[in-house]
Amino acid sequence: MSAVLTDTSLVLGRYLRQTMRSKFQIYFGVLMPLLYLLFFGPLLTDLPLSPKGDSWQVLVPGLLLQLGLFGASFAGFALILDKGTGVVERMRVTPVSRLALLLGRVLRDAVLFVFQAILLVLAALLMGLRAPLAGVLIGFAFVAVLTVALASLSYLLAMKVSTPQGFGPVVNAVSMPAILLSGLMLPMALAPTWLDVLSHFMPFRYLVDAVRSAYVGEYANTTMLYGVLVAVAFTGLAVYAGTREFRRAGA
Amino acid sequence: MTANEAPPAIVSTTGLSRTFTTKAGPVEAVRGIDLTVRRGEILGFLGPNGAGKTTTLRMLTTLLAPTGGTATVAGCDLLADPTGVRQKIGYVAQSGGVDPHIPVREELVTQGRLYRLTKPQAVARAEELAHDLELTPFLDRNCSALSGGQRRRLDLAMGLTHRPEVLFLDEPTTGLDPAGRSDLWTLIRRLRETYGTTVVLTTHYLDEADALSDRLVVIDRGRVVADDTPHALKVRHAGSPDASLQDTFLAITGRAAPAPKDNTPVAV
Repeated sequence: MSAVLTDTSLVLGRYLRQTMRSKFQIYFGVLMPLLYLLFFGPLLTDLPLSPKGDSWQVLVPGLLLQLGLFGASFAGFALILDKGTGVVERMRVTPVSRLALLLGRVLRDAVLFVFQAILLVLAALLMGLRAPLAGVLIGFAFVAVLTVALASLSYLLAMKVSTPQGFGPVVNAVSMPAILLSGLMLPMALAPTWLDVLSHFMPFRYLVDAVRSAYVGEYANTTMLYGVLVAVAFTGLAVYAGTREFRRAGA
Repeated sequence: MTANEAPPAIVSTTGLSRTFTTKAGPVEAVRGIDLTVRRGEILGFLGPNGAGKTTTLRMLTTLLAPTGGTATVAGCDLLADPTGVRQKIGYVAQSGGVDPHIPVREELVTQGRLYRLTKPQAVARAEELAHDLELTPFLDRNCSALSGGQRRRLDLAMGLTHRPEVLFLDEPTTGLDPAGRSDLWTLIRRLRETYGTTVVLTTHYLDEADALSDRLVVIDRGRVVADDTPHALKVRHAGSPDASLQDTFLAITGRAAPAPKDNTPVAV
């Protein structure tokens, strides 16, 4: 077990240093949600989106998870580049733990997206967001867990495809419905019944609802419970599947 | 040399096979290879494109699971103990395996750490390898700043980090100029002389196979079709020790030797 931890911190260190060299990568990802915050957020301020809390407490949790969802889904692009340079195979030939090969990468992604989430929340505070600190911290935790889950799946897909052209369309086809059906922009409570029912089959919805609940200071309710359960189960499955792919000698 | 005097086997396979499932149906890339590599030997895999050389190498290096057969590599069972195999072998792929945007020293140190060296050991080993492979002036440059030959020496250094007992090289000199190739040949021979490292390499170049290998294994359509010293192969298949390996190859496989994939840039 300690070998897994040491190996993970080695792989994490390698990819964190790589990220630190690219300031562009660090800040660019926060641009899209920031634009939503600036140009979309103000449209919502007077709308009755939720019985509890104001529009910022509804929008910001959605934007945080959008950041994680979108960013992590595309994490696999970097792995395709690493496959091209032979880095992936070179690391797979070393005795390093297969779990660490995946975890080192996804934890780097989690660090990166939580950092971007912090920037986004700071900007949101300037725009008028008011939320309890504990709720905000819970929000960051959900961003981290969502990133670990989705980045694992993204790397799994990237291990299977050979070109970026085969990767991008699949990720888009999956992430767009996921973003829309999880009610990231506007809560699904506003939806007609059929859409609301449909969105309950989208696991991310439970995460969004949980973070919205946290942002209005409600931590001990079924919404939070479902959010945590879905997040943990989804992450467990994703990490298991991803590690299996790194272990499986790929064709 | 009689069997009694032969050094012990360091790699042995029995019926090693790999079948790929494709949309067009199963493709038998490797069909039951029986092979013995003796400690300290330089063994060359030679064969036409698609013969199964790289697939065999990828199985022996734990990158690809065999669909049949068994193998023992450096005393570890390939299927039961892949981690044990990994600890004892080095592998240099055709594409190398360094990130062009990372400094040479950092890649070497991380590689040492992945092979479970402590931080100080990994730092010292990086210096030592750089010295041995004439890379010291480039330690603090990005890998992308290296020339083709320097880059290939770095790839070799990465594969040698943990002083492996067996080194697998997949087309080690593809894309190098003649001077770069002969440099690399010298390095590979020196490895064996200095450390007794066993080397298994695949090559497209007949002159390379001839100059470097103690023994050649010719693979065609996923099977071993010849296995002997270059000298013996020439005598047996082309009728004379002075025959060219080209003619020998033709006699064995019924086909001309593979065209070397020249001008493939190694550096990105």
